Amino acid sequence: MNYKKTQACAVAALATALGATSLSAQELTIGLSSEPTAVDPHYHDLTPNNQLGMHIYSMLATPDANLMAQPELATSWEAEDDNTWVFKLREDVKFSDGTDFDASDVIFTFCRVMNNESAIGSTGSSVVSNFESVEAPDPHTLRIKTKQVEPIMPEMLAGVPIISDSIVEHDDITFDLPNDCGVTGTWPSIDDFNVGEAAVGTGPFKLEKFSKGAEISLMRNEIYFGTQPDWETVTFVPVPSDGPRLAGLLSGDYDMIESPAARDVAQIEENEAFEYVSTPSNRVIFLQMDIGRGDSPFITTEDGSNPFQDVRVRQAISMAIDRQAIVDRIMDGLARPAYQFIPDEMFGAIPSPAPMEYNPEKAKELLAEAGYPDGFKVTFHATNDRYINDSQIAQAVAQFLTRVGIETELDAMTRSMFFSRRSGREFSFSMGGWASSEGGAASFLRQYAVTTDDARGVGGSNYGDWSDPEFDAFVLEAISTVDETKRSELLQQAEQMAVDKLGFIPLHFESTLWAFRKGVSYDGRADQFTLAYQVERATE
Amino acid sequence: MLLYTLQRLLQSVAVLFAVSIAVFLAVYSVGNPVDLLISPEATQAERAAMIAKMGLDQPVWAQYFTFLGNALQGDMGTSFVHGIPALQLILSRMPATFELVVLALLLASAIGIPIGLWVGLRDGSRGARMVMTSSILGYSIPSFWKGMVLILVFAVWLNWLPASGRGDTVLLLGVPFSFLTFDGLSHLAMPVINLAIPNLALMIRLTAAGASEAVHQDYVLFARAKGVRSKRIIRRHILRNILIPIITVLGVEFGALIAFSTITETVFAWPGMGKLLITSIYQLDRPVVVAYVMLITFIFVVVNLLVDFAYAALDPRVKLVENM
Repeated sequence: MNYKKTQACAVAALATALGATSLSAQELTIGLSSEPTAVDPHYHDLTPNNQLGMHIYSMLATPDANLMAQPELATSWEAEDDNTWVFKLREDVKFSDGTDFDASDVIFTFCRVMNNESAIGSTGSSVVSNFESVEAPDPHTLRIKTKQVEPIMPEMLAGVPIISDSIVEHDDITFDLPNDCGVTGTWPSIDDFNVGEAAVGTGPFKLEKFSKGAEISLMRNEIYFGTQPDWETVTFVPVPSDGPRLAGLLSGDYDMIESPAARDVAQIEENEAFEYVSTPSNRVIFLQMDIGRGDSPFITTEDGSNPFQDVRVRQAISMAIDRQAIVDRIMDGLARPAYQFIPDEMFGAIPSPAPMEYNPEKAKELLAEAGYPDGFKVTFHATNDRYINDSQIAQAVAQFLTRVGIETELDAMTRSMFFSRRSGREFSFSMGGWASSEGGAASFLRQYAVTTDDARGVGGSNYGDWSDPEFDAFVLEAISTVDETKRSELLQQAEQMAVDKLGFIPLHFESTLWAFRKGVSYDGRADQFTLAYQVERATE
Repeated sequence: MLLYTLQRLLQSVAVLFAVSIAVFLAVYSVGNPVDLLISPEATQAERAAMIAKMGLDQPVWAQYFTFLGNALQGDMGTSFVHGIPALQLILSRMPATFELVVLALLLASAIGIPIGLWVGLRDGSRGARMVMTSSILGYSIPSFWKGMVLILVFAVWLNWLPASGRGDTVLLLGVPFSFLTFDGLSHLAMPVINLAIPNLALMIRLTAAGASEAVHQDYVLFARAKGVRSKRIIRRHILRNILIPIITVLGVEFGALIAFSTITETVFAWPGMGKLLITSIYQLDRPVVVAYVMLITFIFVVVNLLVDFAYAALDPRVKLVENM
């Protein structure tokens, strides 16, 4: 009996599936490469989470293609002095539940960010914890006083999604953290957002359903203050494996997928029914060397010295690597060589940096000059499941270096091992990646290149202990300069210095790919976000 | 009987305890989850606060005893990645895996046992040899490859079935299931087949081996001599006797598939427990991995207990007695 029943069901299933693949025009289904872990916009500062958040919530400002802040919930802002920022808010905005948006919601959001028990390094807490006071002279004006100078306040606030104060019981909301800001009920938990109760925002979509591991469905927010998106419903389906995700696109399950594997691009190109877009991202892949220690664990030299301490050796390494070949052969052209640490268009970048030369002969000469005519031995550590084609890139680097006499042995490992060993400063020579954020050039420089200073909270990822007081001075001054022109100049100088002294060696910028069926179009974004409201329905 | 049950329960607790130590030490040695979880832009102070909050600044034995203390009160910890209780997270994924495995095993035994019987009773015939040979194939093709071929043929080329996901679900006693909707069934079809094929081969081989042996047993020959109809011989005498090893294997397979249908679930993006396990391992979500292994151990222990009771029901000679 079971047999018969199953057979009958299978036949029925086949029959319905035949007719079920065509989608109505206003529905969009996107296959995601990684799943958001929560709908709570302040839970965890991760690309998939932030990306989902941007559909449901709005921020005071929104980042443009080069991550500079553009008005969103705030219409304008200005720095009254180094420590005071004034934001003017839009007056025509309603939350998806119909309540009005005003300064009280923003203050409530700031309070919630600081009262977020379950969060992992709560999104926004680093900016809000710097607030001395927040006042609302009128319902649509905010005056924020900071403890330390924060020159990129609008950019930082572009990462803090605004939630509605209607989701908790409260008296008058004030930025009075010790007294719960006037909130009388319990602070919303991550579950309240996941089930949709607290997921009330001013974004272009409303949450319909979040089922972990299976799918996330969104509905158009009909009272959204901005341009209405082309889609009535959007479904995100997380499919982390590349093969099945592409199969889902080809079979018509999804209208669009994130990050198809570079090796599959040819297949998409050949197929008339599909297209793809490749957008240079702001993620740089770079080499990091142990410069601080005289005796580094994975280096073997005749005299026991650490060759990475000599700038000529670092220049030799940079010259030994053919960046263009890596981009052409390993990345299938879907990347671009990096001659600095952020894309040329971003804030504080060198406008057109001199290409780093590929010259193995000169590399050998430099090595000889530095006292290593016969090279040396080093173990090179890299991930094999974190960045696009990371293990192949690392192999290529190892071969390029071996060719000029630096005998390089590659040890590629899974990211969970790599990142904890790297933060334990175990490596002598490793390959990392970094996607620059709102700070522009400051983002990489302050985190990786400045001398580690726990009290200041800078240099946390300077695992190789590269230290240059002159360089530090430029960066530290830049990150506390409010004047944009001056900050940009300082950062450019610091970036140039980092490139000249090669404390880190940039390799290339990854490109991000999206593939979609004909009838759908997406421009791609440097910040790697997939935003359904920017996906357009092409006229066929 | 009561004493036997008690004894088995005690054994089970000891097993769970031993497993908890082993798995805790294993996940502990892999790496520090903070480096994967925390935003790379976090300052050193934020990082330290995070480590303290997750209790990772404690020595391993202190972490273990905290875990044990909470576990005894039914709290298996909170997922580092998802921020909700680990057990709740795992259980929310269980129905998906459960229906996949149950359907796959039903399919495998509904087809496999009759075919196996047929083969066993016609031992040595050409048809039987062919079935046996192809069953080796069904058993040995790697699951991920088979899955990809199924997707290629039925989803990409023929466009008959959806490539991945779970499709529409309906609530049955408050639990979401796919097998009650057409859309859900079309999503179920390929993963079920993928999971059923090796088990189908296993059922065929197991039944065939048992039947061809049983056919020559004295009680079958006697029944035949007595003039019992051959259908009745097969049903009452052969099948009933060869079911014991089949049920044992089904029990073991059920546990194993519930726990580790990881590959099938990954290939078809089926939102089950196996997919959760593999993601949690990659993300070093320690509480989920530990809770998962504990839960699976628990299921195995229970299934084994049930299998023992099923023996007794099927074979009057088997008695459940305690070891003194």
